[in-house]
Amino acid sequence: MTGTDILLSLRGLTKAYPGVVANADVGFDIRRGEVHALLGENGAGKSTLVKMIYGLVKPDAGEMTLMGKPFAPAEPKAARAAGVAMVFQHFSLFDALNVAENIALGMADPPEMRDLAKRIREVSEAYGLPLDPFRTVGDLSAGERQRVEIVRCLLQDPKLLIMDEPTSVLTPQEVDILFATLRKLSAEGTSILYISHKLEEIRALCDGATILRLGKKVATCVPRETTAREMAELMVGTELHVPERAGKLPGKVKLELKGLSAAAPTQFGTALKEITLQVRAGEVLGLAGVAGNGQDELLAALSGEITSAPGMVVFEGREIGALGPNGRRRLGLLTGPEERLGHAAAPDMSLTENALLTGAEREGLVSNGFLKWGKARSFAEAIIERFDVRTPGPENAARSLSGGNLQKFVIGREVMQRPEVLVVNQPTWGVDAMAAAVIRQALLDLAEGGTAVIVISQDLDELMEVSDRFAALNEGRLSEVVPAKGLTVEAIGLMMGGAHGMEVAHV
Amino acid sequence: MDLSAINPVLLVASLIVAAVPFLLAAIGELVAEKSGMLNLGVEGMMITGAICGFAAAVQSGSPLTGFLAAAAGGAALSLLYAFLTLATLANQVASGLALTLFGLGLSSKLGRGYVGIKPPASATLDIPVLSDLPVVGRILFSHDVMVYFSFALVAAVWAFLKYTRAGLILRAVGENHDAAHALGYKVKLIRLMAIAFGGACAGLGGAYISLIRVPQWTEGMTAGAGWIALALVVFASWKPWRVLLGAWLFGGVTVLQLNLQAAGIAIPVEYLSISPYLITILVLVVMSADRSRAPASLGRIFHASQ
Repeated sequence: MTGTDILLSLRGLTKAYPGVVANADVGFDIRRGEVHALLGENGAGKSTLVKMIYGLVKPDAGEMTLMGKPFAPAEPKAARAAGVAMVFQHFSLFDALNVAENIALGMADPPEMRDLAKRIREVSEAYGLPLDPFRTVGDLSAGERQRVEIVRCLLQDPKLLIMDEPTSVLTPQEVDILFATLRKLSAEGTSILYISHKLEEIRALCDGATILRLGKKVATCVPRETTAREMAELMVGTELHVPERAGKLPGKVKLELKGLSAAAPTQFGTALKEITLQVRAGEVLGLAGVAGNGQDELLAALSGEITSAPGMVVFEGREIGALGPNGRRRLGLLTGPEERLGHAAAPDMSLTENALLTGAEREGLVSNGFLKWGKARSFAEAIIERFDVRTPGPENAARSLSGGNLQKFVIGREVMQRPEVLVVNQPTWGVDAMAAAVIRQALLDLAEGGTAVIVISQDLDELMEVSDRFAALNEGRLSEVVPAKGLTVEAIGLMMGGAHGMEVAHV
Repeated sequence: MDLSAINPVLLVASLIVAAVPFLLAAIGELVAEKSGMLNLGVEGMMITGAICGFAAAVQSGSPLTGFLAAAAGGAALSLLYAFLTLATLANQVASGLALTLFGLGLSSKLGRGYVGIKPPASATLDIPVLSDLPVVGRILFSHDVMVYFSFALVAAVWAFLKYTRAGLILRAVGENHDAAHALGYKVKLIRLMAIAFGGACAGLGGAYISLIRVPQWTEGMTAGAGWIALALVVFASWKPWRVLLGAWLFGGVTVLQLNLQAAGIAIPVEYLSISPYLITILVLVVMSADRSRAPASLGRIFHASQ
């Protein structure tokens, strides 16, 4: 590697926030045309680091050089002018505006709308990402929305493209299209800084990787020559515990959906169409799907937030479609929704109060309409102890917990109530690898004890790890339910709806 | 009952005038709301503008100075709201309500010496040939300057939001303030300017009541016009031309029902009095049934976390 080969060089970057050091003395180089991965758990400091490169955050110490010259962008505009572009994790798009308007907003000096629309068409087709400049962004699929962001970056002719968790919203086929585009860019000399925790993707795409843990650089490696397990252990810093289970024959049918249909609860919701499935005692049913294909609605229809015709939901032979959430909890059908703050837990209420909210029925925390505070408190303490929730005590507000800890608490709260059927949506979303392993193990143990478990998730690796049988949601419909063993990623992708009708890249 | 006493030409001419205060206040509020700020203090800013404009016009003898002072007064009061919501991150609804109460109190204090005084008259347009045209001249070419100014303002706001880059940025801030911030736009500065514009427009609307419509100063004289303006923005689906339509509809039915009352029509006065509210809401509700919706960040507190 020669000096002129290096595009961006970081030396000793440090950034501290009150009470936490986000980055301590981080340094590495990105070569021209290199796809460089930035790996790390949640809270390892990946986001802070790229925000410094993109000019959103000022480093406390350290220096950056871009093409041999000192680089210290005061704001994103300066970074963009220097040739740094970024595709955000949570898309920074404006739903009510059209594609061209969205792209104009990300440019320092946009041309006239008509010329811009023409350039959008040219660039998007050259890179195999066709886009109609005048469509409203709110109507686009997740994959198309990401194209908007990428095309917005490409129009500025970037030297460095930063991508923050770009594949978390894509089907495997859409990921292939994206990777083809990124490889073409890299072949043309554009460097890419690729942030992800999906290790297999990084092994397939990246030339080099920097691994962060607790704000410090712990290793660099060549992903192609390193196994996913090694990288995972570098990220976590200890040996990773893989959930295990004893194979066991499933028991009798616990929960059955018979042609469950429900209208979309909101304007941007998804209607459920004729969902039919069975889940037996002692088995885990995994449901995949890209976000927004009916996961939330299915969970609501199972928890009783959305009621249906009585015969559509059958629990141990009893028709419960018209029963509300409390009635279903009493029977032993418990649910854990995706949104931790605001749905699974009330953010400003204490952990004890949150434990009461779903546990009152089955744990007997209420008598004659009065709360049994002592019993509720010991229930909350039991959850905290068994699931290793890091908090000073059950009197703390749910909001004060980190995402992973709160997730352990809300899943633990349902698991501790000895459910007959447990339905969870995204049980390990935004949770670090250690906590995720604890949660998955708890779900497997529960199934071992004869509970029927339904896991709805967008993380395919997770589903493959825990599921006995597998199905996918696509636009509110459920695919055929098949045994999980031996399923290929391609087959799963097709079950999830393939590339969602997006044109395949011709690059 | 004598309906022939109602002159349709005069009716149209006076509805155009009656609509101006609502129009001015609503178009200002529309811009503020497009940037994501729900300012419920329109009534307070209008009444403050009414007394500031009245006092300045009386002191200087010039209606123009009065209107300038009204815009400044309304904008100044709106900065209080901006401070509460943008700097101290207070709740927008509560801050707006407080602004209305504060404005009502402040205006009655400021206006103590001005009760019973007549303000200097504003000139009306008088173009030799055009103003003398039958019907058209009376309806279109014989109003005061503020009437034309308010039309021009609606057109300007529409073109600003639709065709300019600054307008696009303002809409983007109201749509998704986090994304706008991530792209490097100064969310708070843009909102501050939108709030001040809304305050200035509300002040002008108030001064139109105290200097031209009534014209004199009495306590609480805006009598809920600010609330009507707020409702117009919502029912007009945040579209400038629909605000104009709504203001005319409301002004028109108000003038018409007054005429009908005077003509002694056999409908109880109470029903006539509620008719402007009812009809305006009905029409705009029907029109807002299309896909248009509120700016997505409207009323949400922006806190730059980075």
